[in-house]
Amino acid sequence: MNEFYLIFGMFVVTFAIRFVMFAFAGRMQFPTWMEKALKFVPPAVLTAIIVPSVTMPTGVLDISFSNVYLTAALFSLIVALVTKNLLKTIGLGMVFFLFLKWMLI
Amino acid sequence: MFTSIQKREFFGGAKASLPLIVGAIPFALLFGTLAPNSGLSALATVAMSVIVFAGSAQFIVLALIAVQAPLEIIILTTFVVNLRHLLYATALVEYVKHLPLSLRALLAFGLTDETFANMSQRYQQKDHTYAHYFYLGSMLTFYVTWVSFTIVGLLLGNLIPDMSSWGLEFAMSVTFIGMVVPYMNSKAMIAAIICAGLSSLVFADLPNKLGLIISAVIGVAVGLSVIQLAKKELSYE
Repeated sequence: MNEFYLIFGMFVVTFAIRFVMFAFAGRMQFPTWMEKALKFVPPAVLTAIIVPSVTMPTGVLDISFSNVYLTAALFSLIVALVTKNLLKTIGLGMVFFLFLKWMLI
Repeated sequence: MFTSIQKREFFGGAKASLPLIVGAIPFALLFGTLAPNSGLSALATVAMSVIVFAGSAQFIVLALIAVQAPLEIIILTTFVVNLRHLLYATALVEYVKHLPLSLRALLAFGLTDETFANMSQRYQQKDHTYAHYFYLGSMLTFYVTWVSFTIVGLLLGNLIPDMSSWGLEFAMSVTFIGMVVPYMNSKAMIAAIICAGLSSLVFADLPNKLGLIISAVIGVAVGLSVIQLAKKELSYE
């Protein structure tokens, strides 16, 4: 394996994907439906990252309270809904998660 | 040289990236630790974090190198795994299109999951005049951490006990939860979020993070459909 081509190739495809929209920025006009659609992108992507990572932390679906990732995620969701404060959610969520992990050891 | 507003934005971005960095440090350490075992040289390990700067793609590539996959397959997989960044760029382009091309290139280089999360949060607030300094603060802090901890991982090698058992990656999940909740302010958005979440489970077994892309598209399509339906109901009244 030629490591130069490996890293060069990975850089080219990764940067191309990240840059293409920014590069043509001035000349691209989105239709209205697309602008509406874009609002849904961040929460949809973030949710699609969160759900598998907390329901299948070991790679297998585990929906139970003994899954500390899922239990702590539900707790964090409630904290977020009640406090509407990101830092409090992260702080309390992590404390609760580490407490559950510690309980299980 | 920089105004106080620019500095405030920059350090605001750096601060916003901290919780996500806590989640990423174990991955950077693990990447540095595992890479030589997969057959990557120390120089290439560091170069990959410095030049490619794409966490999950770097991990998947390690697995492919270990099974001696051909170069073309590795590059193609990198492409597919990183396709989600096209969604991110599409969502952010509105806010950066007025900036000079060289600056847009730099911002594009730093468009990771984490900085995207920081910026979609930042752009929900008002006054975007200097928000690109927030972007720079977030991406540079993340970049320096990612590269540094790759090197630390490389140096510590196998001395580190099983990092994955620490569970620090939960910091990333909890941060994302805190970021999604403020979006839940309409029927369309809640429907989009629930459908994206359910789809991500249905498609979890698809290779190369394809499930993530499909789930996001389904979530967006459901959100748009709910808006359309609401419009029709109004017109009947």
